[in-house]
Amino acid sequence: MNLNIAMVQLNTVLGDVEKNLQKHLEYIEQARKGGADLVVFPELSLTGYALQDLAPTVSHRPDRSDPVFAPLLEASRQIDIIVGFVEEDDRNRFYIASAYLSGGEVLHVHHKVYLPTYGLFDEGRFFAWGDNVRAFDTRFGRVGMLICEDFWHASLPYLLWLDGADIFFFTSASPGRGITGSVDACNSGRLASAVWVDDINRAYAGLFTSFVVHANKVGFEDGLNFWGGASVFTPDGEQLVKGPEYREDLVFASLDLNQLHRTRARLPLLRDERVALVQRELGRIIDSRNK
Amino acid sequence: MTDLTIDTELVRKILTGFIHTEITRSGFSRAVMGLSGGLDSALACFLAAEALGPENVLAIRMPYKSSSQDSLDHALLVIDQLGVQSLTMPITEMVEPLFQRFPDMENRRKGNIMARERMIILFDQSEAFKGLVLGTGNKTEILLGYSTLYGDSACALNPIGDLYKTQVRQLSRAMGVPDVVIEKAPSADLWLGQTDEGELGFTYEEVDKLLFLLIDQRYTPEECVESGFPADFVRSVIQRVRRNQFKRVLPPIAKVSNRTVGYDFLYLRDWGT
Repeated sequence: MNLNIAMVQLNTVLGDVEKNLQKHLEYIEQARKGGADLVVFPELSLTGYALQDLAPTVSHRPDRSDPVFAPLLEASRQIDIIVGFVEEDDRNRFYIASAYLSGGEVLHVHHKVYLPTYGLFDEGRFFAWGDNVRAFDTRFGRVGMLICEDFWHASLPYLLWLDGADIFFFTSASPGRGITGSVDACNSGRLASAVWVDDINRAYAGLFTSFVVHANKVGFEDGLNFWGGASVFTPDGEQLVKGPEYREDLVFASLDLNQLHRTRARLPLLRDERVALVQRELGRIIDSRNK
Repeated sequence: MTDLTIDTELVRKILTGFIHTEITRSGFSRAVMGLSGGLDSALACFLAAEALGPENVLAIRMPYKSSSQDSLDHALLVIDQLGVQSLTMPITEMVEPLFQRFPDMENRRKGNIMARERMIILFDQSEAFKGLVLGTGNKTEILLGYSTLYGDSACALNPIGDLYKTQVRQLSRAMGVPDVVIEKAPSADLWLGQTDEGELGFTYEEVDKLLFLLIDQRYTPEECVESGFPADFVRSVIQRVRRNQFKRVLPPIAKVSNRTVGYDFLYLRDWGT
């Protein structure tokens, strides 16, 4: 079975949800015409990234009564959609969120758990952190979604893996940085941060013998650059596709889901994973910290 | 650890993308800039011409009577090589009346006045040419505060402010800036015989490596000394960086209300674009 996906390296208008929604609907249509079963938008694709005080003014609720989600849910009858937005919950907390829409329904919403609040990042100032991570079932199998800093912590992809995810959908608004330094990055034509993201995604795909799909924003916000470079790694840790960097684009990939069978027959890392040992040792470590 | 070598093709792509995006998203298509004949403005001009098309860049030469002929000639080399639009606006007759009002005015005051006069011309031409003013300060200069506040540091956007001087040289070579501009001694050319390195008391090569450790690599002063930099040099550079912080931030607003610009009224400039 093949899963045809389209990843949108989207450039956004900062804080203008209506304009961004129109672009979403156009790309969704293009992806559908291109034969995709699922279209993946980056982190905060409906709003832009560096929102600061705009955050509470661009929030939406992922349901049919919402003027932004109504047309997206309608479009999801034709093609599954992963979209990034600011969610305001019923107690008025604001989250960086990703929603998976399919068949006119919201299948799952993930709230970003790790909000980077250091260096150039200030997310913890403006957003509430998510407090759970769950795999969920789609018509293509069980999958998981994480947002940017979430997958800089190995624990979250690991939990999704144990929870049954065979396909990881990672979305980012990753500010490019690092023009000197490691031998790998220098003169590769790529930023150190871009090389690093691809390295860890390749590692997750290989270690979890799973598919890793990564969609990242492009464009500039003030002095920040966003590099795009959508990618898919296979359960063998091989790069299936690589989108262009620094250009808005729709990047198609066809995932041969039978590869999960072949790779795990060869390399039974999932079978051999000792979850009870992990739980026991984590319990011990947490207990010892509390003493 | 102190290898400042950059990937020039990558940086060129990002910086031209930055110029193009940040100018067009605010409804403009053109840039205005001062072209001194020195390296920083030459590189900024090369980047702007590539990002916007040379016809959309206005490079302005603004000599004072004591400015060296080389400066004018080198600026012209850049203008001719790129085919950008140009204007020559001598500032002598504009600043002289103020100089004469204070006969004992020393070089530093005169230099500041000249830098600010050039700023006035650039922002006036910004209106006339309908282009945004492109900054030309590099990271070394910004960190050391080697600029005139509201003078040469004034701009609408700055493409090269995160590149150290030695990286500016490297990118300039890659982009084809004339050798004579790359190789001459950097100078503000505010008075005869002035050179940056003479005035600062160290070379860019040396200070860039130190700043790279202190700022980019977050070395402590002690670690910098252990890495081979003289203690006095480390101390004086750190003091310079600290004392010039005022040039790198907007003036503080006294907070008295519940919501104050700069503290809890936070939006990017690109808000809504």
